[in-house]
Amino acid sequence: MAHVRVENLSISFGGIKAVDDVSFEVEDNTIFSIIGPNGSGKTTIFNMISGIYRPDSGRVTLDGEDLVGKRPDKIAKKGIARTFQNIQLFTNATVMDNIMLGRHIHMKTGVLGGAFMWGRSSPTAKEEVKNREIVEHIIDFLDLQSVRDQFVGNLPYGKRKLVELGRALALEPKVLLLDEPSAGMNTEEKDDLRIWIKDIQEDYRVTILLIEHDMNMVMGISDRILAINQGVKIVEGKPSEVQKHPEVIAAYLGEED
Amino acid sequence: MDMKRDYYEDIELFQSNTVFFWTVVLMACLFTLPLYVESYNIYLVNIILVHVIMAVGLNILVGYTGQISLGHAGFFAIGAYGTALISMHLHMPFVVSLIASGLIAAFFGFILGLPALRLEGPYLAIATLGFGLTIMHVIGRWEVFGGRMGITVPPLDMGVPGTPLSFVIEGDVKIYYLILVITILMVICARNLMKTRLGRAFVAIRDDDVAAEVMGVNLTVYKTLSFAVSAFYAGIAGGLYGYVVSFFDPFTFNLILSIIFLVMVVVGGLGSILGSVLGASLITYLQFDLLKNVEELPYLGDLLVLVSRKWLTVIGLANFSSIALGVIMICIVIFEPLGMFGIWIRIKKYWKTWPF
Repeated sequence: MAHVRVENLSISFGGIKAVDDVSFEVEDNTIFSIIGPNGSGKTTIFNMISGIYRPDSGRVTLDGEDLVGKRPDKIAKKGIARTFQNIQLFTNATVMDNIMLGRHIHMKTGVLGGAFMWGRSSPTAKEEVKNREIVEHIIDFLDLQSVRDQFVGNLPYGKRKLVELGRALALEPKVLLLDEPSAGMNTEEKDDLRIWIKDIQEDYRVTILLIEHDMNMVMGISDRILAINQGVKIVEGKPSEVQKHPEVIAAYLGEED
Repeated sequence: MDMKRDYYEDIELFQSNTVFFWTVVLMACLFTLPLYVESYNIYLVNIILVHVIMAVGLNILVGYTGQISLGHAGFFAIGAYGTALISMHLHMPFVVSLIASGLIAAFFGFILGLPALRLEGPYLAIATLGFGLTIMHVIGRWEVFGGRMGITVPPLDMGVPGTPLSFVIEGDVKIYYLILVITILMVICARNLMKTRLGRAFVAIRDDDVAAEVMGVNLTVYKTLSFAVSAFYAGIAGGLYGYVVSFFDPFTFNLILSIIFLVMVVVGGLGSILGSVLGASLITYLQFDLLKNVEELPYLGDLLVLVSRKWLTVIGLANFSSIALGVIMICIVIFEPLGMFGIWIRIKKYWKTWPF
């Protein structure tokens, strides 16, 4: 169960209302997309859900539990994982280590346990091996075997996006926030990504919030879509409804004089 | 190339039989060292080992977690004074006083880690610098610590001092074996720690603290933990240092020492345990021994001494040491940012495909 509810969320930066009184509700195990022009406040909404920004007013709840005011790491432990628009990976670590960080909250090793990891029968080594196996499945799933031991800093953009997705998946989230996952990918990679997102929703039973500019992808996989412009909600509904809405067309294509 | 067969091999200490073989060879050399090295050089090796522990600890903070510290001489001093005073006044066995002073240093590390939550880069450097200087001056003013005159360290006692259980270890060679075992233990522990979730959390904070926090890493806990672990290493190193030199005063632990420690870490390679070992060995050797040998070089030695006397200082090549250090640092930063570890990786790559 993962039911995200956002109520009357607002935040302003130096007098500019970045997000203004936005409310929406995401049902369990659905794909919910947020669309809007650049600078319309989509990423800001994600930052408020994941605890990086604290909203001026409004509520964010996960299964009825209020998340506002909690630190990002606490929110991660509640089961919300995210990716970033500009890719925020640990560039001087390998793909494996990056994804392993997603397992952080599921592991318990402390200082002494870690320092005294002597031999494969020590509890730390056992825990480590168990979690490496889980990560290996994610690497298989996202087709990253060939770059497994490479440093993230050496990878092409599209691969990095996948590593970030893998890292978020390793957290075993109930809710996954994807911020423009297909940016910088070619058509082929986009097609794969689309299938993977659908798989994540269906096989891993994850509720997905998606920010995306690729309209084919958004219209193809979303259960519901929210369109915002300049921080204000325009319309929310099924893809077919949103597509036809005059204000959405105006915001994207510009109005006729 | 060895094929990996299970997940444990990724984090195994000896990743192949070759590594295992050479480690055994190195260990054999280290344990038989006193047989073919004269006593003064054993003293030098002891200092190197102490600095290895120090550099490995500092690298956990600077290289892995990305937090700078210019105050590690302070933790070094806490370890040195702590160990000496605990065994002198509380009559504790060596191991107890060493670990206790390590923990005291770790506690101070934790305290210093708190402002680090809000400070970054140059600001953190100044805060830690202040800490190092404060420790030095506070110790200098306090009679318990021997004041400005310094203190003489009591004999290294594995048992309880002043009782029939007393078991004193004397002489550079015996102390060498003790320090060697402790150093190996500390280096392996650090390496293990960096392979687990703690090490990954440290690296995550260094590379992108926002992403780390969003993935569930508690910044408060892990930044202070990094300071504490690093300070613990510095404390242990300090405690051992006291027994190696057997006498020290507050000004042994000055700002230059903190900077030298940092130089070891950078020259060795940030974020590499092996690098710290190499860096500490090289810099300590340069500082203590190289110049003496250079002076004895035919022709070049005399020439350098002459130049030094005329332009720099009357006492031999003393100032050349700082110049050599500076030049090495500049070269490393320009040509090989990964330090000696980077050079090692290159050599390994080259030999992998040799002779093609």
